[in-house]
Amino acid sequence: MTGGRRHPGAEAAEAFGWFKAHRWLIARRMAQFMFLAVFLTGPLFGLWITKGTLAASKTLSVLPLTDPFIALQSLFAGHIIATTGLIGAAIVLAAYALIGGRVYCAWVCPINLVTDAAYWLREKLAVGKGWQPDRHLRYWLMGGSLLASLITGVVAWEAINPITMLHRGLVFGTMFVGGLSWLLVVAVFLFDVFISRRGWCGHVCPVGAFYGLVGRFGLLRVSAWRRADCDDCMDCFVVCPEPHVITPALRGQGDESPIIASIDCSNCGRCIDVCSKSVYRFSHRFDMVVEPAGSAPGVAEEKRVA
Amino acid sequence: MSKPDKQGVSRRRFLRNTAQTACGAGLMTLVVGLVARSNAATPPATALRPPGALNNDDFPAACVRCGECVRDCPYDTLRLAGFGQEMAPGMPYFIAREVPCEMCEDIPCVAACPTGALNKELTDINDARMGVASLVGQETCLNYLGLRCDVCYRVCPLMGEAITLELHNNERTGKHAMFIPTVHSDKCTGCGKCEKSCVLPEAAIKVLPPRLALGKLGEHYRLGWEEKRKHGEALIKNILDLPDRGYSGPASLPKRNQSGGFKEFRP
Repeated sequence: MTGGRRHPGAEAAEAFGWFKAHRWLIARRMAQFMFLAVFLTGPLFGLWITKGTLAASKTLSVLPLTDPFIALQSLFAGHIIATTGLIGAAIVLAAYALIGGRVYCAWVCPINLVTDAAYWLREKLAVGKGWQPDRHLRYWLMGGSLLASLITGVVAWEAINPITMLHRGLVFGTMFVGGLSWLLVVAVFLFDVFISRRGWCGHVCPVGAFYGLVGRFGLLRVSAWRRADCDDCMDCFVVCPEPHVITPALRGQGDESPIIASIDCSNCGRCIDVCSKSVYRFSHRFDMVVEPAGSAPGVAEEKRVA
Repeated sequence: MSKPDKQGVSRRRFLRNTAQTACGAGLMTLVVGLVARSNAATPPATALRPPGALNNDDFPAACVRCGECVRDCPYDTLRLAGFGQEMAPGMPYFIAREVPCEMCEDIPCVAACPTGALNKELTDINDARMGVASLVGQETCLNYLGLRCDVCYRVCPLMGEAITLELHNNERTGKHAMFIPTVHSDKCTGCGKCEKSCVLPEAAIKVLPPRLALGKLGEHYRLGWEEKRKHGEALIKNILDLPDRGYSGPASLPKRNQSGGFKEFRP
Protein backbone atom coordinates (compact mmCIF):
# COMPACT_ATOMS: atom_id res chain seq x y z
CA MET A 1 0.00 0.00 0.00
CA THR A 2 1.15 3.52 -0.67
CA GLY A 3 1.69 6.17 1.94
CA GLY A 4 3.71 4.04 4.39
CA ARG A 5 1.94 3.86 7.77
CA ARG A 6 -0.03 7.01 7.26
CA HIS A 7 -3.37 6.99 9.02
CA PRO A 8 -6.03 6.32 6.38
CA GLY A 9 -8.53 9.14 6.24
CA ALA A 10 -6.05 11.73 7.52
CA GLU A 11 -6.28 13.59 4.25
CA ALA A 12 -10.06 13.57 4.29
CA ALA A 13 -10.01 14.85 7.87
CA GLU A 14 -7.77 17.69 6.81
CA ALA A 15 -9.99 18.51 3.86
CA PHE A 16 -13.44 18.19 5.49
CA GLY A 17 -12.80 18.17 9.23
CA TRP A 18 -12.68 15.21 11.60
CA PHE A 19 -16.42 14.81 11.95
CA LYS A 20 -17.18 14.57 8.25
CA ALA A 21 -14.30 12.15 7.76
CA HIS A 22 -15.85 9.86 10.39
CA ARG A 23 -19.56 10.49 9.87
CA TRP A 24 -20.55 7.03 8.68
CA LEU A 25 -18.33 5.38 11.26
CA ILE A 26 -20.05 7.42 13.98
CA ALA A 27 -23.48 6.65 12.54
CA ARG A 28 -22.61 2.97 12.45
CA ARG A 29 -21.36 2.90 16.05
CA MET A 30 -24.53 4.69 17.11
CA ALA A 31 -26.64 2.13 15.28
CA GLN A 32 -24.73 -0.75 16.86
CA PHE A 33 -25.16 0.70 20.33
CA MET A 34 -28.80 1.52 19.64
CA PHE A 35 -29.49 -2.09 18.65
CA LEU A 36 -27.91 -3.13 21.94
CA ALA A 37 -29.66 -0.40 23.89
CA VAL A 38 -33.20 -1.40 22.85
CA PHE A 39 -32.53 -4.79 24.43
CA LEU A 40 -30.86 -3.31 27.51
CA THR A 41 -33.29 -0.59 28.63
CA GLY A 42 -35.65 -3.29 29.90
CA PRO A 43 -33.31 -5.22 32.18
CA LEU A 44 -31.46 -2.08 33.29
CA PHE A 45 -34.23 0.49 33.73
CA GLY A 46 -37.46 -1.48 33.43
CA LEU A 47 -38.32 0.26 30.17
CA TRP A 48 -39.05 -2.59 27.81
CA ILE A 49 -38.49 -1.88 24.15
CA THR A 50 -37.26 -5.16 22.76
CA LYS A 51 -37.41 -8.53 24.51
CA GLY A 52 -35.29 -11.50 23.54
CA THR A 53 -31.99 -11.55 21.72
CA LEU A 54 -30.75 -11.25 18.15
CA ALA A 55 -31.85 -14.86 17.62
CA ALA A 56 -35.49 -13.86 18.04
CA SER A 57 -37.11 -10.88 19.65
CA LYS A 58 -40.28 -8.94 20.11
CA THR A 59 -40.31 -5.16 19.95
CA LEU A 60 -42.94 -3.14 21.80
CA SER A 61 -44.97 -6.33 22.22
CA VAL A 62 -45.99 -6.30 18.55
CA LEU A 63 -43.08 -6.64 16.15
CA PRO A 64 -41.61 -10.14 16.08
CA LEU A 65 -38.17 -10.59 14.53
CA THR A 66 -36.37 -13.87 13.99
CA ASP A 67 -32.92 -14.52 12.59
CA PRO A 68 -33.75 -16.31 9.32
CA PHE A 69 -30.48 -18.28 9.33
CA ILE A 70 -31.42 -19.68 12.72
CA ALA A 71 -34.95 -20.43 11.51
CA LEU A 72 -33.43 -22.27 8.55
CA GLN A 73 -31.19 -24.33 10.83
CA SER A 74 -34.22 -25.13 12.95
CA LEU A 75 -35.94 -26.40 9.81
CA PHE A 76 -32.93 -28.56 8.96
CA ALA A 77 -32.96 -29.86 12.52
CA GLY A 78 -36.49 -31.08 11.93
CA HIS A 79 -38.71 -28.37 13.38
CA ILE A 80 -41.04 -26.01 11.60
CA ILE A 81 -40.97 -22.70 13.42
CA ALA A 82 -44.32 -21.51 14.74
CA THR A 83 -46.22 -18.68 13.04
CA THR A 84 -44.85 -15.83 15.15
CA GLY A 85 -41.29 -16.93 14.48
CA LEU A 86 -41.97 -17.42 10.78
CA ILE A 87 -43.46 -13.94 10.46
CA GLY A 88 -40.41 -12.58 12.28
CA ALA A 89 -38.05 -14.41 9.93
CA ALA A 90 -39.98 -13.18 6.90
CA ILE A 91 -39.80 -9.57 8.09
CA VAL A 92 -36.05 -9.80 8.66
CA LEU A 93 -35.50 -11.56 5.33
CA ALA A 94 -37.55 -8.99 3.45
CA ALA A 95 -35.80 -6.08 5.16
CA TYR A 96 -32.30 -7.30 4.42
CA ALA A 97 -33.19 -8.47 0.93
CA LEU A 98 -34.58 -5.01 0.19
CA ILE A 99 -31.85 -2.95 1.84
CA GLY A 100 -29.19 -5.34 0.76
CA GLY A 101 -25.53 -5.86 1.34
CA ARG A 102 -24.36 -7.25 4.62
CA VAL A 103 -25.95 -4.34 6.48
CA TYR A 104 -26.49 -6.64 9.45
CA CYS A 105 -22.74 -7.18 9.76
CA ALA A 106 -21.76 -3.53 9.75
CA TRP A 107 -24.71 -1.86 11.46
CA VAL A 108 -26.25 -4.39 13.85
CA CYS A 109 -23.90 -7.20 14.79
CA PRO A 110 -22.18 -6.63 18.16
CA ILE A 111 -19.20 -8.77 17.12
CA ASN A 112 -18.33 -6.07 14.59
CA LEU A 113 -17.26 -3.87 17.52
CA VAL A 114 -14.93 -6.65 18.64
CA THR A 115 -13.42 -7.37 15.25
CA ASP A 116 -13.05 -3.67 14.42
CA ALA A 117 -11.17 -3.24 17.71
CA ALA A 118 -9.07 -6.28 16.85
CA TYR A 119 -8.28 -4.80 13.45
CA TRP A 120 -7.27 -1.51 15.05
CA LEU A 121 -4.91 -3.32 17.43
CA ARG A 122 -3.54 -5.50 14.66
CA GLU A 123 -2.63 -2.43 12.63
CA LYS A 124 -1.05 -0.79 15.71
CA LEU A 125 1.04 -3.92 16.25
CA ALA A 126 1.77 -4.14 12.52
CA VAL A 127 1.08 -7.87 12.52
CA GLY A 128 0.47 -8.00 8.79
CA LYS A 129 -2.06 -9.96 6.85
CA GLY A 130 -1.59 -13.28 8.58
CA TRP A 131 -3.42 -16.38 7.47
CA GLN A 132 -6.08 -15.60 4.87
CA PRO A 133 -8.38 -18.57 4.46
CA ASP A 134 -10.26 -19.13 1.23
CA ARG A 135 -12.99 -16.55 0.76
CA HIS A 136 -15.48 -19.36 0.30
CA LEU A 137 -14.82 -20.85 3.73
CA ARG A 138 -17.80 -19.00 5.21
CA TYR A 139 -20.14 -20.49 2.62
CA TRP A 140 -18.80 -23.95 3.35
CA LEU A 141 -19.35 -23.28 7.04
CA MET A 142 -22.86 -22.03 6.33
CA GLY A 143 -23.60 -25.30 4.61
CA GLY A 144 -21.79 -27.11 7.41
CA SER A 145 -24.02 -25.47 10.02
CA LEU A 146 -27.11 -26.62 8.15
CA LEU A 147 -25.65 -30.12 7.78
CA ALA A 148 -24.72 -30.27 11.46
CA SER A 149 -28.28 -29.17 12.32
CA LEU A 150 -29.68 -31.88 10.07
CA ILE A 151 -27.56 -34.60 11.66
CA THR A 152 -27.70 -33.59 15.31
CA GLY A 153 -31.25 -32.27 15.47
CA VAL A 154 -29.95 -29.16 17.24
CA VAL A 155 -29.84 -25.58 15.93
CA ALA A 156 -26.13 -26.22 15.56
CA TRP A 157 -24.40 -22.91 14.93
CA GLU A 158 -26.17 -21.45 17.95
CA ALA A 159 -24.14 -23.78 20.13
CA ILE A 160 -21.08 -21.63 19.45
CA ASN A 161 -22.26 -18.54 17.54
CA PRO A 162 -20.22 -15.72 19.12
CA ILE A 163 -22.76 -13.10 17.96
CA THR A 164 -25.69 -14.38 19.97
CA MET A 165 -23.36 -15.56 22.76
CA LEU A 166 -22.06 -12.03 23.22
CA HIS A 167 -25.47 -10.48 22.78
CA ARG A 168 -27.11 -12.87 25.21
CA GLY A 169 -24.23 -12.54 27.65
CA LEU A 170 -24.71 -8.77 27.69
CA VAL A 171 -28.48 -8.58 27.52
CA PHE A 172 -29.20 -11.35 30.02
CA GLY A 173 -26.08 -10.72 32.04
CA THR A 174 -25.09 -14.40 31.90
CA MET A 175 -21.50 -13.43 31.14
CA PHE A 176 -21.33 -11.53 34.42
CA VAL A 177 -22.59 -14.39 36.55
CA GLY A 178 -20.34 -17.27 35.63
CA GLY A 179 -21.14 -17.66 31.93
CA LEU A 180 -18.08 -17.96 29.77
CA SER A 181 -19.37 -16.35 26.59
CA TRP A 182 -16.66 -13.70 26.96
CA LEU A 183 -14.15 -16.50 26.29
CA LEU A 184 -15.60 -16.94 22.80
CA VAL A 185 -15.50 -13.20 22.23
CA VAL A 186 -11.88 -13.06 23.37
CA ALA A 187 -11.13 -15.99 21.06
CA VAL A 188 -12.61 -14.13 18.09
CA PHE A 189 -10.65 -11.01 19.09
CA LEU A 190 -7.36 -12.89 19.36
CA PHE A 191 -8.04 -14.74 16.11
CA ASP A 192 -8.47 -11.41 14.35
CA VAL A 193 -5.46 -9.80 16.03
CA PHE A 194 -2.88 -12.54 15.75
CA ILE A 195 -4.01 -15.14 13.26
CA SER A 196 -6.00 -13.59 10.47
CA ARG A 197 -6.56 -9.96 9.53
CA ARG A 198 -10.32 -9.33 9.24
CA GLY A 199 -10.49 -13.09 9.68
CA TRP A 200 -13.72 -13.72 11.52
CA CYS A 201 -16.11 -11.39 9.73
CA GLY A 202 -14.34 -11.62 6.41
CA HIS A 203 -13.70 -15.33 6.10
CA VAL A 204 -15.30 -17.47 8.79
CA CYS A 205 -18.68 -16.24 10.02
CA PRO A 206 -21.50 -18.19 8.30
CA VAL A 207 -24.07 -15.66 9.52
CA GLY A 208 -22.37 -12.98 7.43
CA ALA A 209 -22.25 -15.37 4.49
CA PHE A 210 -25.99 -15.91 4.82
CA TYR A 211 -26.80 -12.20 4.97
CA GLY A 212 -24.51 -11.62 2.00
CA LEU A 213 -26.60 -14.03 -0.03
CA VAL A 214 -29.86 -12.56 1.25
CA GLY A 215 -28.80 -9.03 0.35
CA ARG A 216 -27.57 -10.01 -3.07
CA PHE A 217 -30.18 -7.96 -4.94
CA GLY A 218 -30.71 -5.29 -2.32
CA LEU A 219 -31.06 -1.63 -3.17
CA LEU A 220 -28.60 0.15 -0.90
CA ARG A 221 -25.16 0.23 -2.50
CA VAL A 222 -22.07 2.38 -2.41
CA SER A 223 -21.31 4.10 -5.69
CA ALA A 224 -17.85 5.23 -6.78
CA TRP A 225 -19.54 7.93 -8.82
CA ARG A 226 -16.61 10.37 -8.82
CA ARG A 227 -14.04 7.72 -9.57
CA ALA A 228 -12.52 10.00 -12.21
CA ASP A 229 -11.14 12.12 -9.36
CA CYS A 230 -9.50 9.18 -7.56
CA ASP A 231 -5.84 9.95 -6.87
CA ASP A 232 -4.95 6.35 -5.95
CA CYS A 233 -4.19 7.17 -2.31
CA MET A 234 -5.51 3.66 -1.45
CA ASP A 235 -7.12 4.82 1.80
CA CYS A 236 -10.40 3.13 0.89
CA PHE A 237 -8.62 -0.16 0.24
CA VAL A 238 -6.93 0.12 3.62
CA VAL A 239 -10.10 0.76 5.63
CA CYS A 240 -12.37 -1.59 3.68
CA PRO A 241 -12.97 -4.87 5.51
CA GLU A 242 -13.50 -6.57 2.14
CA PRO A 243 -11.16 -4.61 -0.17
CA HIS A 244 -11.71 -6.87 -3.17
CA VAL A 245 -15.22 -5.43 -3.57
CA ILE A 246 -13.93 -1.95 -4.44
CA THR A 247 -11.86 -2.62 -7.55
CA PRO A 248 -14.57 -3.32 -10.14
CA ALA A 249 -16.48 -0.15 -9.23
CA LEU A 250 -13.54 2.18 -8.69
CA ARG A 251 -11.42 1.00 -11.62
CA GLY A 252 -14.35 0.73 -14.02
CA GLN A 253 -13.98 2.68 -17.23
CA GLY A 254 -16.51 4.85 -19.08
CA ASP A 255 -19.99 3.46 -18.78
CA GLU A 256 -19.10 0.55 -16.55
CA SER A 257 -21.17 0.54 -13.39
CA PRO A 258 -19.78 2.58 -10.49
CA ILE A 259 -21.83 0.47 -8.06
CA ILE A 260 -20.04 -1.76 -5.56
CA ALA A 261 -22.10 -4.80 -6.33
CA SER A 262 -20.23 -7.58 -4.52
CA ILE A 263 -22.32 -9.47 -1.97
CA ASP A 264 -19.36 -9.21 0.41
CA CYS A 265 -19.75 -5.43 0.82
CA SER A 266 -21.24 -4.70 4.23
CA ASN A 267 -22.31 -1.13 3.38
CA CYS A 268 -20.26 0.17 6.28
CA GLY A 269 -19.52 3.41 4.44
CA ARG A 270 -15.94 3.76 5.69
CA CYS A 271 -14.74 4.28 2.13
CA ILE A 272 -17.05 7.31 1.87
CA ASP A 273 -15.58 8.70 5.10
CA VAL A 274 -11.91 8.38 4.29
CA CYS A 275 -11.93 9.57 0.69
CA SER A 276 -10.51 13.06 0.44
CA LYS A 277 -11.82 13.30 -3.14
CA SER A 278 -15.41 12.39 -2.24
CA VAL A 279 -15.35 9.57 -4.74
CA TYR A 280 -17.99 7.50 -2.96
CA ARG A 281 -21.58 7.99 -1.88
CA PHE A 282 -24.43 5.82 -0.71
CA SER A 283 -26.82 5.20 -3.53
CA HIS A 284 -29.04 2.51 -5.03
CA ARG A 285 -28.02 -0.38 -7.21
CA PHE A 286 -29.51 1.09 -10.41
CA ASP A 287 -27.66 4.39 -10.08
CA MET A 288 -25.33 4.51 -13.07
CA VAL A 289 -24.41 8.19 -12.68
CA VAL A 290 -20.67 8.78 -13.11
CA GLU A 291 -19.31 12.30 -12.70
CA PRO A 292 -16.56 13.63 -14.95
CA ALA A 293 -13.15 14.47 -13.49
CA GLY A 294 -12.89 17.65 -11.44
CA SER A 295 -16.41 17.59 -10.01
CA ALA A 296 -15.51 16.56 -6.45
CA PRO A 297 -15.58 19.44 -3.91
CA GLY A 298 -12.06 18.80 -2.66
CA VAL A 299 -10.70 18.69 -6.18
CA ALA A 300 -12.56 21.82 -7.25
CA GLU A 301 -11.11 23.79 -4.31
CA GLU A 302 -7.61 22.62 -5.11
CA LYS A 303 -8.08 23.84 -8.64
CA ARG A 304 -9.41 27.19 -7.48
CA VAL A 305 -6.41 27.64 -5.19
CA ALA A 306 -4.10 26.74 -8.02
CA MET B 1 5.18 -22.58 -19.96
CA SER B 2 2.62 -23.55 -22.58
CA LYS B 3 -1.05 -22.69 -22.18
CA PRO B 4 -2.47 -26.14 -21.37
CA ASP B 5 0.18 -26.49 -18.65
CA LYS B 6 -0.86 -23.20 -17.08
CA GLN B 7 -4.46 -24.29 -17.07
CA GLY B 8 -3.42 -27.58 -15.52
CA VAL B 9 -1.55 -25.80 -12.75
CA SER B 10 -4.37 -23.40 -12.00
CA ARG B 11 -6.87 -26.21 -12.08
CA ARG B 12 -4.71 -28.18 -9.70
CA ARG B 13 -4.37 -25.19 -7.41
CA PHE B 14 -8.10 -24.55 -7.53
CA LEU B 15 -8.82 -28.15 -6.66
CA ARG B 16 -6.26 -28.11 -3.88
CA ASN B 17 -7.61 -24.88 -2.38
CA THR B 18 -11.17 -26.09 -2.61
CA ALA B 19 -10.26 -29.41 -1.02
CA GLN B 20 -8.39 -27.63 1.78
CA THR B 21 -11.29 -25.27 2.47
CA ALA B 22 -13.81 -28.08 2.32
CA CYS B 23 -11.78 -30.19 4.74
CA GLY B 24 -11.31 -27.23 7.10
CA ALA B 25 -15.00 -26.44 6.98
CA GLY B 26 -15.77 -30.13 7.44
CA LEU B 27 -13.66 -30.29 10.57
CA MET B 28 -15.26 -27.14 11.96
CA THR B 29 -18.68 -28.56 11.13
CA LEU B 30 -17.78 -31.68 13.06
CA VAL B 31 -16.74 -29.59 16.06
CA VAL B 32 -19.90 -27.50 15.82
CA GLY B 33 -22.00 -30.65 15.61
CA LEU B 34 -20.28 -32.29 18.55
CA VAL B 35 -20.54 -29.19 20.71
CA ALA B 36 -24.19 -28.73 19.72
CA ARG B 37 -25.02 -32.31 20.53
CA SER B 38 -22.98 -32.66 23.69
CA ASN B 39 -24.88 -30.19 25.79
CA ALA B 40 -28.28 -29.77 24.19
CA ALA B 41 -29.88 -33.19 24.33
CA THR B 42 -29.31 -34.19 27.93
CA PRO B 43 -29.65 -31.36 30.43
CA PRO B 44 -28.61 -32.11 34.01
CA ALA B 45 -31.27 -33.75 36.17
CA THR B 46 -31.85 -30.69 38.35
CA ALA B 47 -32.48 -28.40 35.37
CA LEU B 48 -36.14 -28.44 34.38
CA ARG B 49 -37.51 -27.12 31.12
CA PRO B 50 -40.38 -24.59 31.06
CA PRO B 51 -44.00 -25.74 30.81
CA GLY B 52 -45.02 -27.03 27.40
CA ALA B 53 -41.42 -27.73 26.33
CA LEU B 54 -41.16 -30.29 23.57
CA ASN B 55 -39.45 -33.51 24.55
CA ASN B 56 -35.68 -33.78 24.76
CA ASP B 57 -35.29 -34.99 21.19
CA ASP B 58 -37.33 -32.19 19.61
CA PHE B 59 -36.65 -29.25 21.92
CA PRO B 60 -33.08 -28.46 20.76
CA ALA B 61 -34.28 -28.31 17.14
CA ALA B 62 -36.99 -25.83 18.01
CA CYS B 63 -35.43 -23.62 20.67
CA VAL B 64 -33.51 -20.74 19.08
CA ARG B 65 -32.29 -19.59 22.52
CA CYS B 66 -33.84 -16.14 22.28
CA GLY B 67 -34.83 -15.93 25.94
CA GLU B 68 -38.28 -14.43 25.38
CA CYS B 69 -39.83 -17.00 27.73
CA VAL B 70 -37.35 -15.97 30.40
CA ARG B 71 -38.25 -12.32 29.94
CA ASP B 72 -41.96 -12.94 30.30
CA CYS B 73 -41.68 -15.16 33.37
CA PRO B 74 -43.20 -12.94 36.09
CA TYR B 75 -41.48 -14.76 38.96
CA ASP B 76 -37.97 -14.94 37.52
CA THR B 77 -38.24 -18.69 37.70
CA LEU B 78 -36.84 -19.25 34.25
CA ARG B 79 -33.28 -18.38 33.42
CA LEU B 80 -30.94 -18.78 30.49
CA ALA B 81 -27.89 -20.96 30.65
CA GLY B 82 -24.61 -19.17 30.07
CA PHE B 83 -21.89 -20.48 27.80
CA GLY B 84 -19.73 -23.11 29.48
CA GLN B 85 -22.34 -24.03 32.07
CA GLU B 86 -23.76 -27.52 32.23
CA MET B 87 -26.75 -26.63 30.11
CA ALA B 88 -26.75 -25.82 26.43
CA PRO B 89 -26.02 -22.08 26.38
CA GLY B 90 -29.06 -19.89 25.89
CA MET B 91 -31.66 -22.53 26.58
CA PRO B 92 -34.24 -21.82 29.29
CA TYR B 93 -34.41 -23.87 32.48
CA PHE B 94 -35.27 -23.57 36.13
CA ILE B 95 -34.00 -25.09 39.34
CA ALA B 96 -36.99 -26.11 41.43
CA ARG B 97 -35.14 -25.96 44.76
CA GLU B 98 -34.26 -22.32 44.08
CA VAL B 99 -37.30 -20.84 42.33
CA PRO B 100 -40.13 -23.23 41.46
CA CYS B 101 -42.73 -22.62 38.76
CA GLU B 102 -45.74 -20.70 40.02
CA MET B 103 -47.99 -22.25 37.38
CA CYS B 104 -49.47 -19.00 36.01
CA GLU B 105 -52.88 -19.63 34.53
CA ASP B 106 -52.11 -17.64 31.37
CA ILE B 107 -48.74 -19.42 30.93
CA PRO B 108 -46.86 -16.30 29.72
CA CYS B 109 -43.67 -18.22 28.90
CA VAL B 110 -45.49 -20.41 26.39
CA ALA B 111 -47.26 -17.37 24.95
CA ALA B 112 -43.88 -15.65 24.49
CA CYS B 113 -42.19 -18.49 22.62
CA PRO B 114 -41.93 -17.51 18.94
CA THR B 115 -40.84 -20.89 17.61
CA GLY B 116 -43.14 -23.44 19.21
CA ALA B 117 -40.37 -24.97 21.32
CA LEU B 118 -42.86 -24.35 24.10
CA ASN B 119 -45.97 -25.89 22.69
CA LYS B 120 -48.96 -23.53 22.34
CA GLU B 121 -51.27 -26.51 22.64
CA LEU B 122 -50.67 -26.33 26.37
CA THR B 123 -53.56 -24.13 27.49
CA ASP B 124 -54.21 -25.51 30.96
CA ILE B 125 -51.15 -25.24 33.17
CA ASN B 126 -52.35 -28.31 35.08
CA ASP B 127 -51.52 -30.33 31.96
CA ALA B 128 -47.87 -29.23 32.08
CA ARG B 129 -45.31 -31.97 32.59
CA MET B 130 -42.09 -30.15 33.45
CA GLY B 131 -40.96 -33.12 35.48
CA VAL B 132 -42.27 -35.54 38.05
CA ALA B 133 -41.76 -35.15 41.78
CA SER B 134 -40.00 -38.16 43.25
CA LEU B 135 -39.60 -38.92 46.91
CA VAL B 136 -36.05 -40.11 46.64
CA GLY B 137 -35.01 -39.51 50.26
CA GLN B 138 -36.89 -42.40 51.80
CA GLU B 139 -34.42 -42.61 54.66
CA THR B 140 -34.59 -38.92 55.49
CA CYS B 141 -38.16 -37.84 54.71
CA LEU B 142 -39.73 -36.95 58.05
CA ASN B 143 -42.99 -38.65 57.17
CA TYR B 144 -41.08 -41.83 56.42
CA LEU B 145 -39.56 -41.51 59.89
CA GLY B 146 -43.06 -41.52 61.29
CA LEU B 147 -43.48 -37.75 61.84
CA ARG B 148 -46.20 -35.55 60.44
CA CYS B 149 -44.30 -33.02 58.32
CA ASP B 150 -46.64 -33.10 55.31
CA VAL B 151 -45.17 -29.87 53.90
CA CYS B 152 -44.79 -31.19 50.35
CA TYR B 153 -48.35 -32.39 50.42
CA ARG B 154 -49.67 -29.07 51.66
CA VAL B 155 -47.79 -26.79 49.26
CA CYS B 156 -48.72 -28.83 46.21
CA PRO B 157 -50.95 -26.71 43.93
CA LEU B 158 -52.87 -29.91 43.25
CA MET B 159 -53.08 -30.97 46.89
CA GLY B 160 -54.60 -34.37 47.31
CA GLU B 161 -54.28 -35.10 43.62
CA ALA B 162 -50.64 -34.86 42.59
CA ILE B 163 -49.44 -35.77 46.06
CA THR B 164 -51.55 -37.82 48.45
CA LEU B 165 -50.72 -39.08 51.91
CA GLU B 166 -51.01 -42.86 51.96
CA LEU B 167 -51.43 -44.63 55.26
CA HIS B 168 -48.98 -47.37 56.08
CA ASN B 169 -48.27 -49.29 59.24
CA ASN B 170 -45.28 -48.09 61.16
CA GLU B 171 -43.64 -51.44 61.61
CA ARG B 172 -40.96 -50.02 63.88
CA THR B 173 -43.37 -49.06 66.62
CA GLY B 174 -45.95 -51.61 65.67
CA LYS B 175 -48.83 -49.34 66.60
CA HIS B 176 -48.52 -46.04 64.70
CA ALA B 177 -49.34 -44.96 61.20
CA MET B 178 -47.00 -43.41 58.66
CA PHE B 179 -48.40 -40.89 56.18
CA ILE B 180 -46.30 -41.48 53.10
CA PRO B 181 -46.35 -38.63 50.54
CA THR B 182 -47.13 -40.37 47.29
CA VAL B 183 -46.79 -38.69 43.90
CA HIS B 184 -49.19 -39.43 41.10
CA SER B 185 -47.47 -38.84 37.80
CA ASP B 186 -50.75 -38.43 35.93
CA LYS B 187 -51.40 -35.25 37.93
CA CYS B 188 -47.96 -33.93 38.90
CA THR B 189 -46.95 -30.93 36.71
CA GLY B 190 -43.38 -30.84 37.97
CA CYS B 191 -43.71 -27.28 39.25
CA GLY B 192 -41.25 -28.02 42.02
CA LYS B 193 -43.11 -26.37 44.92
CA CYS B 194 -42.65 -29.55 46.97
CA GLU B 195 -38.93 -29.66 46.35
CA LYS B 196 -38.60 -25.96 47.14
CA SER B 197 -40.50 -26.36 50.41
CA CYS B 198 -39.00 -29.58 51.72
CA VAL B 199 -37.78 -28.72 55.21
CA LEU B 200 -34.65 -30.87 55.06
CA PRO B 201 -31.28 -29.27 54.31
CA GLU B 202 -31.28 -31.34 51.12
CA ALA B 203 -34.73 -31.99 49.72
CA ALA B 204 -36.03 -35.52 50.14
CA ILE B 205 -38.56 -34.94 47.36
CA LYS B 206 -37.08 -33.83 44.06
CA VAL B 207 -38.59 -33.02 40.71
CA LEU B 208 -36.81 -35.02 38.05
CA PRO B 209 -37.24 -34.99 34.29
CA PRO B 210 -39.96 -37.56 33.51
CA ARG B 211 -37.47 -39.90 31.87
CA LEU B 212 -35.43 -40.15 35.07
CA ALA B 213 -38.38 -40.11 37.44
CA LEU B 214 -40.61 -42.69 35.82
CA GLY B 215 -38.35 -45.19 34.19
CA LYS B 216 -39.74 -46.92 31.16
CA LEU B 217 -41.56 -50.20 30.82
CA GLY B 218 -40.49 -52.45 27.96
CA GLU B 219 -42.75 -51.75 25.01
CA HIS B 220 -43.75 -55.40 24.67
CA TYR B 221 -45.14 -55.49 28.18
CA ARG B 222 -48.90 -55.86 28.48
CA LEU B 223 -50.65 -55.42 31.76
CA GLY B 224 -53.23 -58.18 31.98
CA TRP B 225 -55.66 -56.19 34.05
CA GLU B 226 -55.46 -53.18 31.72
CA GLU B 227 -56.03 -55.34 28.65
CA LYS B 228 -58.94 -56.98 30.42
CA ARG B 229 -60.42 -53.60 31.27
CA LYS B 230 -60.03 -52.30 27.72
CA HIS B 231 -61.51 -55.48 26.29
CA GLY B 232 -64.38 -55.51 28.75
CA GLU B 233 -63.74 -59.13 29.69
CA ALA B 234 -60.90 -61.60 29.97
CA LEU B 235 -59.07 -62.08 26.68
CA ILE B 236 -58.78 -65.82 27.15
CA LYS B 237 -61.95 -67.66 27.90
CA ASN B 238 -62.77 -71.15 29.08
CA ILE B 239 -59.57 -71.68 31.06
CA LEU B 240 -59.71 -75.05 32.73
CA ASP B 241 -59.99 -74.50 36.43
CA LEU B 242 -57.56 -77.08 37.71
CA PRO B 243 -57.57 -77.95 41.40
CA ASP B 244 -55.26 -75.69 43.40
CA ARG B 245 -52.38 -77.30 45.21
CA GLY B 246 -50.92 -75.45 48.10
CA TYR B 247 -50.44 -75.28 51.83
CA SER B 248 -52.81 -77.63 53.41
CA GLY B 249 -51.85 -76.90 56.99
CA PRO B 250 -50.25 -79.07 59.67
CA ALA B 251 -52.03 -82.20 60.61
CA SER B 252 -53.17 -80.61 63.84
CA LEU B 253 -52.97 -76.98 64.99
CA PRO B 254 -50.98 -76.28 68.16
CA LYS B 255 -52.87 -75.42 71.27
CA ARG B 256 -53.90 -71.80 71.60
CA ASN B 257 -52.74 -69.93 74.66
CA GLN B 258 -55.05 -68.07 76.99
CA SER B 259 -55.44 -65.02 74.80
CA GLY B 260 -56.26 -67.20 71.86
CA GLY B 261 -52.87 -66.84 70.05
CA PHE B 262 -50.25 -69.29 68.98
CA LYS B 263 -47.27 -67.60 70.68
CA GLU B 264 -46.11 -70.80 72.33
CA PHE B 265 -46.02 -72.46 68.96
CA ARG B 266 -42.73 -74.24 68.22
CA PRO B 267 -42.85 -76.15 64.99
